[in-house]
Amino acid sequence: MSASPTQSGTVLIRGGEVVDPTGRRRADIGIRDGKVVAVGDALDAEGVDHVIDAGGCIVSTGFVDLHSHLREPGQEEAETIQSGSRGAALGGYTTVLAMPNTIPAIDSASIVRDVMQLAETALCDVLPTGAITKGRAGEELAPMAEMAALGVTMFTDDGSGVADNTLMRRAMEYATGLDVTLAQHCEDPALSQGGSMHEGEWSSRLGIPAQPAEAEELMVMRDVALAKLTGAKAHFQHLSTRRSIEMVREAKALGLPITCEATTHHFTLTHAECASYNPVFKVNPPLRTDDDVLAVREALADGTIDAIATDHAPHAPENKELPFDQAPPGMLGLETALALALTELDLPIERVLALMSWVPAKLGGIGHEVDGTIAEGTRADLAIIDPAVQWTVSGAAMASPSRNTPYEGRSLTGRVRHTIHRGEIVVMNGEAQR
Amino acid sequence: MTATETSPVDDVAVNANGVAVGRHLLSVADIGVDAIREILHLTDRFVEVGERNIPKVPALRGKTVCSLFFEDSTRTRMSFETAAKRLSADTMSFSVSSSSVNKGESVRDTIETVQAMGVDAFVVRHRSAGVPWQITDWVEPHVSVINGGDGWHAHPTQGLLDAYTLLQARAGEAGPEASLDGLHIGLVGDIKHSRVARSDVEIFTSLGAKVTLIAPPTLLPPAVDTWNVDVSFDLDSMLPQLDVVALLRIQNERMVEALIPSIREYVGGYGLTSERMGLIRPDAFITHPGPMNRGVEVAVDVLEHHPGALVTRQVTNGVAVRMAVLFLLLGSGVDVT
Repeated sequence: MSASPTQSGTVLIRGGEVVDPTGRRRADIGIRDGKVVAVGDALDAEGVDHVIDAGGCIVSTGFVDLHSHLREPGQEEAETIQSGSRGAALGGYTTVLAMPNTIPAIDSASIVRDVMQLAETALCDVLPTGAITKGRAGEELAPMAEMAALGVTMFTDDGSGVADNTLMRRAMEYATGLDVTLAQHCEDPALSQGGSMHEGEWSSRLGIPAQPAEAEELMVMRDVALAKLTGAKAHFQHLSTRRSIEMVREAKALGLPITCEATTHHFTLTHAECASYNPVFKVNPPLRTDDDVLAVREALADGTIDAIATDHAPHAPENKELPFDQAPPGMLGLETALALALTELDLPIERVLALMSWVPAKLGGIGHEVDGTIAEGTRADLAIIDPAVQWTVSGAAMASPSRNTPYEGRSLTGRVRHTIHRGEIVVMNGEAQR
Repeated sequence: MTATETSPVDDVAVNANGVAVGRHLLSVADIGVDAIREILHLTDRFVEVGERNIPKVPALRGKTVCSLFFEDSTRTRMSFETAAKRLSADTMSFSVSSSSVNKGESVRDTIETVQAMGVDAFVVRHRSAGVPWQITDWVEPHVSVINGGDGWHAHPTQGLLDAYTLLQARAGEAGPEASLDGLHIGLVGDIKHSRVARSDVEIFTSLGAKVTLIAPPTLLPPAVDTWNVDVSFDLDSMLPQLDVVALLRIQNERMVEALIPSIREYVGGYGLTSERMGLIRPDAFITHPGPMNRGVEVAVDVLEHHPGALVTRQVTNGVAVRMAVLFLLLGSGVDVT
């Protein structure tokens, strides 16, 4: 993946507050050939092709989303790699990991190659993840080594979990030989029975078939045990219950190689939203209780949760007009994640950036190239954030052909103003440049 | 008679007593106890209309009521259509077997298509909870949506007719201040999957009754402790205490889901067998929303010999209650007399 010829050239970012793992400072940043070539005071603008005014803004490395559904191949009416990467760039992301539950699933080297090829013209890096099992059917291992040889570093059957205990054990054992991460959508299908929301007071009142928190927690418990047995690097996707998080906290204390992510909706919304019967609030794992939301927030603050992921899951509008129990689960997330973190979490900016950029870069397997540091020689993947601007969420205004944001009409604070991907200005003043 | 007029708030109809009845009837929980009492009191008048030689009034002449049934229900549909016709409304009917839903037409398309023919109210039955709520976003501002039963969630006119039938059995009519104070009502059967149970609990408790749910734990809803009810797993010990035994339908598919081991075992614990009839107080009322599974919830001939069996009265009152609902939502101000 290389910078587009349309926007190559030199860039100077002027007057911003640079925040990276080494600290904060006022500095200008010079960019050439996709790299940061200078960081310092009052850099010379002479001869520079593009000068970006970053006054009042925070300059960070671009965000890394461990969990996006870009729907291509197979459901291009909902999203494409192009439209998804545009939404990602607008949200400040410079790398997204694309989930393999496409049609067909990303479960072979040839489909990995296809997705990589489609991603060549994307507005950010799109890294395919691979399925753990063929067709995500949970029956036979997919050719992980062949996919890993092409650069796939994370495998998951996301959309569902690998239910078979022995198969998951074999997958973990196999993964240790490839030095890849196995990510799990934790849901015991026999217990969840495809329930459309969280089982509890609200599902009881609303008469909606529901799934208990234990459907997630049982698989977390099992995978902690299997990670201990096999030594595999296990990553838990979109954790949503207090007990799930406690189990991860305990496992980390034991020194197991376990990491996890939480989504923006699981720290901002509860199952009470389902009372509207609007399927835009249907998501899997489902929106949980106030106490679960609190547990997610605590774990984001104390480091138990390593990364904020979006679980960006576009669905064509007609599918989100189906009855609640028939509508597909999922929400848009790429364009609202930063603003929700800044608006809803009472965390220092450094912690937010660690959750959205520095740590997920490592977990996504690109830590050797991008680790949050902004210095001479680093890749010019940058997000320039206006932390004070107020704006109103509109699904229709988003890059996705889908509109299923659960935050429609909500006023948020903080937004990405410019995004630079490998030296190319892909978003300028909040507008995608292509 | 209570004439209705449109208030400045364009989606709320306010009747002459000033009680707001929403433009739609989606659940009894939504409308509040004052509106419930208003509907029940108006039902008294329509019960009287039903007893006339010509049980028909011109109140809704020129209005069109469309029953939109995405799930089979002959009884509820016939009851609504009879109610509409007795109010002189025109009726249209759409059912899943004769529709294009099987060809992939969405609920929204169906609504917009039928509405374009000119409709004042939709009566909606759907197997998924919440569909009537979704439909309110797609209808024109003058069109009312009446929930005819959504999934496991709500069946408000059944709740209203059940409450009305108990009021009538006790006092001959609902009157203006309907109350079920002092009644202990036992709901027996599959509560978890029952829209009737949810609406009954809502209306019975809001009118002051004490409600006990009687079912095996697998047929109780999750988080039942958040409901305003008592729970019992022992029908035999409850029966002598109950003023009302409200039976619910039990479906064979619950066995397939392993919620009960067998119908025989269910009947053994929770069926209204002839032996159990001896435990029921002679003055207790027995209700069932129908259709009854004879030999399951209730033995073949026990209800015929019990003076407090109200099953056919429920059906008769169903028409009057639905007339009251249609009149309040669509009433043009014409006096029903």
